[in-house]
Amino acid sequence: MSTVEAPLYPIAVLIDELKNDDIQIRLNSIRRLSTIARALGEERTRSELIPFLSENNDDDDEVLLAMAEELGVFIPYVGGVEHAYVLLTPLETLCTVEETCVRDKAVESLCKIGSQMRENDLIEWFTPLVKRLAAGEWFTARVSACGLFHIAYPSAPETLKTELRSIYGQLCQDDMPMVRRSAASNLWKFAGTVESAHLKADIMQMFEDLTQDDQDTVRLLAVEGCAALGKLLEPQDCAARILPVIVTFSQDKSWRVRYMVANQLYELCEAVGPEPIRTDLLPAYVRLLRDNEAEVRIAAAGKVTKFCQILSPELAIQHILPCVKELSLDSSQHVRAALASVVMGMAPVLGKDATIEQLLPIFLSLLKDEFPDVRLNIISKLDQVNQVIGIDLLSQSLLPAIVELAEDRHWRVRLAIIEYIPLLANQLGVGFFDDKLGGLCMQWLQDKVYSIRDAAANNLKRLAEEFGPDWAMQHIIPQVLEIANDSHYLHRMTLLRAISLLGPVLGSEITCSKLLPVVVNASKDRVPNIKFNVAKVLQSLISVVDQSVVEKTIRPCLVELSEDPDVDVRYFAVQGLQSIDQVTMSS
Amino acid sequence: MNGGDEVAAAPAGPPQSLDWKFSQVFGERTAGEEVQEVDIISAIEFDKTGDHLATGDRGGRVVLFERTDTKDHGVPRRDLERMEYPIGRHPEFRYKTEFQSHEPEFDYLKSLEIEEKINKIRWCQTANGALFLLSTNDKTIKFWKVQEKKVKKISDMNLDPSKAVGNGSIASSSTPKLCLANGGSPDRSYNYLGNDFSFPPGGLPSLRLPVVTSQETNLVARCRRVYAHAHDYHINSVSNNSDGETFISADDLRINLWNLEISNQSFNIVDVKPANMEDLTEVITSAEFHPTHCNTLAYSSSKGSIRVIDLRQSALCDSHAKLFEEPEAPGSRSFFTEIIASISDIKFARDGRYILSRDYMTLKLWDINMDSGPVATFQVHEYLRPKLCDLYENDSIFDKFECCLSGDGLRVATGSYSNLFRVFGCAPGSTEATTLEASKNPMRRQVQTPSRPSRSLSSITRVVRRGAENPGVDANGNAFDFTTKLLHLAWHPTENSIACAAANSLYMYYA
Repeated sequence: MSTVEAPLYPIAVLIDELKNDDIQIRLNSIRRLSTIARALGEERTRSELIPFLSENNDDDDEVLLAMAEELGVFIPYVGGVEHAYVLLTPLETLCTVEETCVRDKAVESLCKIGSQMRENDLIEWFTPLVKRLAAGEWFTARVSACGLFHIAYPSAPETLKTELRSIYGQLCQDDMPMVRRSAASNLWKFAGTVESAHLKADIMQMFEDLTQDDQDTVRLLAVEGCAALGKLLEPQDCAARILPVIVTFSQDKSWRVRYMVANQLYELCEAVGPEPIRTDLLPAYVRLLRDNEAEVRIAAAGKVTKFCQILSPELAIQHILPCVKELSLDSSQHVRAALASVVMGMAPVLGKDATIEQLLPIFLSLLKDEFPDVRLNIISKLDQVNQVIGIDLLSQSLLPAIVELAEDRHWRVRLAIIEYIPLLANQLGVGFFDDKLGGLCMQWLQDKVYSIRDAAANNLKRLAEEFGPDWAMQHIIPQVLEIANDSHYLHRMTLLRAISLLGPVLGSEITCSKLLPVVVNASKDRVPNIKFNVAKVLQSLISVVDQSVVEKTIRPCLVELSEDPDVDVRYFAVQGLQSIDQVTMSS
Repeated sequence: MNGGDEVAAAPAGPPQSLDWKFSQVFGERTAGEEVQEVDIISAIEFDKTGDHLATGDRGGRVVLFERTDTKDHGVPRRDLERMEYPIGRHPEFRYKTEFQSHEPEFDYLKSLEIEEKINKIRWCQTANGALFLLSTNDKTIKFWKVQEKKVKKISDMNLDPSKAVGNGSIASSSTPKLCLANGGSPDRSYNYLGNDFSFPPGGLPSLRLPVVTSQETNLVARCRRVYAHAHDYHINSVSNNSDGETFISADDLRINLWNLEISNQSFNIVDVKPANMEDLTEVITSAEFHPTHCNTLAYSSSKGSIRVIDLRQSALCDSHAKLFEEPEAPGSRSFFTEIIASISDIKFARDGRYILSRDYMTLKLWDINMDSGPVATFQVHEYLRPKLCDLYENDSIFDKFECCLSGDGLRVATGSYSNLFRVFGCAPGSTEATTLEASKNPMRRQVQTPSRPSRSLSSITRVVRRGAENPGVDANGNAFDFTTKLLHLAWHPTENSIACAAANSLYMYYA
């Protein structure tokens, strides 16, 4: 045991704690690994710290995960890029551990380091590491190997490249499904580094093997990567090699595979060009929209707008629109909800006539859906359709839908519609709003559920921002201030909340003339909760009104409250007075 | 994967009956010792290689055993599996470790006690020499990792550890309390060591890294994941998928699909709960994945049917792909017909072609390609049929016996009362039907008793804690004792070796 000079004491503790019994302390220490490395110096970091970490491989997974992450940015601490290879050893052991998140992080860090390493070092150190992992006895090593090929490959000499390709081919046919899954999900990364000739031969062969795997999960991941793979190929190769696979997959026996196709199809379209879309992908997509599994239809319905955007309007009207009509009457509410969230986006694609003729009936039927999520999803995207056809055509059906949602017995539904009120107000205009929706906004202020009352207060603020102080003076303030006489103290509390939100928006003049008197009046309420909320509101209004008003009105009121019998009221009143003093001093 | 070939390669004639011999017992009771409820074994499972065996008990413990007769020094595991063992060798196991998997709990919302009893154990893919297994009680599934860990002996610290602990203000920065409160964030006292603090370019030579000296290891079991709150009813099965990524758990009314890595969500794939619980006529009793087809699983019901479902067909597999049930023989119906038809356990054969099911009176073997009826039916304890009324009175009729198949698929086994279990040959033409007793002398109920000295058991660790046979059952072939039932047993995946549980004792036999 040596004695350590005083300034070094904390760093000495930090180093010792690398082996502390408490996992949190070890974690803490590992997170400061760069500090330890700088204290030891580059030379000793290479010769002592890194070997030390390499042996520290049976620690808890949380510590290993932190270590894998720290090592990824460790190049400066070992003496720069020329020494980067020393970091490979500890990361190699981390690539073999059982916990997936540790391995993933170690692979990520290895990729970061590898992409900075010099070409010779890559050949000398990195590629052998990849080969060792790929030949690992346990599947964990082989799983990790798959994610490293794209770093090792570009700098390898020709013979080594051939070898790497063949090793990857073997990984694609590994006994363990975990390894094949990793090979499938990393294939497109590796493919991106492979020369075009080999891409068409070797890589495509691997891809085809993976797409015929017995395990659904492997095929799934092969589908997931095929859009990325397709983009690497020439359009005609993509059409020849990837397209048939996708078309087959879109009719796979497993709904999970079809689900994945439904999610990926749109991206693949970008890779193949217009002609194959019309002849192959469009029919495949239409099949997926009519799939017998609801999950597949949900995925397909969610892409309907994106897909229409790459088609000509005629094709969209001819092929997609009939499916959309069917989906709007789907037996699964989740399918209808997925459709409702995107279908409004089709309006700009189809143009005004088709929208009015074909889409409008669909909107209207979705707006009357029995499932509130469907209606909400339509309303949330109202701006898109408004741009094309204008609100007049919709407003007739819109209003009953909104009113019904506003009175839904589930408070979450009510909450959701409140969130959309400013959007609706913006789209519908002041006139429509005043007539139909103003009442609702007031009604929510007295809802049974706190979250709704709170959201309602916030909603008033957003409306005041939208339409301006003058409008608010006319349409909001009188009704709001009436609540001051409500017999229910919770409603009076909501009023205070609304005032604290509205004050800053409406400005000093209105606040002083209209809002402040109400607040001061409320300070004489019999309920202490109201009184300390008055104190809080007054505190928030200090910055809104003039100094003179603060001294004339707010301070006396707070002083009075600060002598209240209730301890909470006194507390918040004193807080308010203190912030007045702070403002006065700073100005 | 060899299972199918082995069946095909079987000799034309029916195989010889096996001559079963006693191999080992763990937790044998001494005379007069009473069985503790918590020690009663409630689950047995071999791992895929047969090198490990796990048992679970009513006290929520999992005990692991490892095979000792195959020391794989220098021989790759895969080759070892294919090796033919010299005749005369048979699997021998030794106690490896044990851990407390589940504790008794109380569900405050439902005012329900959740007992710690282990209902099922399933082994998962081994990695890096660490063992992985799933264990479940009625409600909660846990994923365990059992691994050798180095025992740390640290020396060469920078600070004297004894001094550092009591050393004023700076050292207190490293007390656990402070660090835990901060989560992983760096302590305040380290802050001045931030990037602005400059170290000399060569580093500080007086600092040293701790040195770990001891190379001793010990086995540590860590619970890696807990899959909870997904079952309203009692979990009766868990089963791994061949994709190595997912597993299912089944309770009376639902089957859920999990990803091993994700413990906070699962997907309901089968739901037999009727809208009105008064309409409930059938519950799920057991479920298992196909050994190689990742999308196929089978579940059995209390009405005696087995349904095979295809996960590819739809997200919620309410409609089955195949239904296996035996048509009721006309006129034979009695009060007990429906009760004894309930299937207590199903197992896929290793090649996935056959399913074995156990109901109260029989074992049935089903060909997955033939849904008209079982290919073979074996009477387990037909002599009990006249006594069904008594068995109903004392609730024994609801006992859930497990069943198992040999790795080559040529034989099946299941338990009965009086600590008996039966092994049947199921190859075409075989008439093999052996009754064995879970004792050191398994064949004594047979006419000829093979005289073979029992092995020394001195090396077994749990002997002290566990007792010997109940003297009451010793009477040779006399009245059946309904309290000593052999519910749980497992067949070694590659060899003719059976592990079975008689109360708190684990008996192992070979042939």
